[in-house]
Amino acid sequence: MAVPKRRMSRSNTRSRRAQWKAQAVATVPCPQCKSPKLPHAACGVCGTYNGRQVVEV
Amino acid sequence: MPQPTKGARLGGSPAHQRLMLANLATSLFRHGKIRTTETKAKRLRPFAERLVTFGKRGDLNSRRRAIAVLRDKEVVHQLFEEIARRYANRPGGYTRTTKIGPRKGDNAPMAVIELVEELAVAEPEAKRAARKAAKADAVAALAGETDEADEAAAPEAKAPETDLVGADEEPPYGEGSHAPLEDDSQPEGFPIKGNEDSKLYHTTDSPSYKRTVAEVWFATEEAAEAAGFQKPPSQRDKDDSEDSAE
Repeated sequence: MAVPKRRMSRSNTRSRRAQWKAQAVATVPCPQCKSPKLPHAACGVCGTYNGRQVVEV
Repeated sequence: MPQPTKGARLGGSPAHQRLMLANLATSLFRHGKIRTTETKAKRLRPFAERLVTFGKRGDLNSRRRAIAVLRDKEVVHQLFEEIARRYANRPGGYTRTTKIGPRKGDNAPMAVIELVEELAVAEPEAKRAARKAAKADAVAALAGETDEADEAAAPEAKAPETDLVGADEEPPYGEGSHAPLEDDSQPEGFPIKGNEDSKLYHTTDSPSYKRTVAEVWFATEEAAEAAGFQKPPSQRDKDDSEDSAE
């Protein structure tokens, strides 16, 4: 079985991990309450989607 | 014969999926609206709608087939007596799924699936026939009679534009302003969008210009400011800092 010959350096490890970046969630303003919400989903604040109350808040 | 669903079963085995869908359908008919994961809601929709179709058919055979799935006789009774009656004039599409974002805990995308309300007015026969005729025309046009179809479509396309010009209202904010057009397009010579809620106006350079839904249009920035509208704060600050730098 193939095994690493050398221990990976701290620098290489850190260089690799430096590329792990979090991305902001894409949101759109809710047409009812203007608060940011996920696109194509009911608003978490006012619970409406497409002008219809979907979830009680 | 219906094709089996591609991919893994819900819950791992076919038996588990059958039980899960049966339980979900039972809950949906009992409560009218349930919250579940998006995947389950997607699988439940055709399953539940087929049961509603059994209910609408209403004979003994369909009742037995529904009982074989749902097992709860009370719910089957409700399905055949109330739910089926409610959808007598609806040609399918008895459920509605709305996404409600990820669940706390495991981040599973959740959805609400519900039985839709009664159709207030049944789609008139004439309208349905007209649509069918239009579809037939489109097929005929594709088959080679394109010239005829183009000629027929052209006057129709022009008609709404003339309507819009006729529907022009008084300028809502005096000289240099314009009420929005019905199709949200820009009126000739009024490039600046105004937002009545925030009392801000957006020039074509503004980053949020595209996003803004114009409630009023302005010809110039001066006209917008005369009407009490302001530049967005972010852009205002930039201008100020530039001024001070000079």
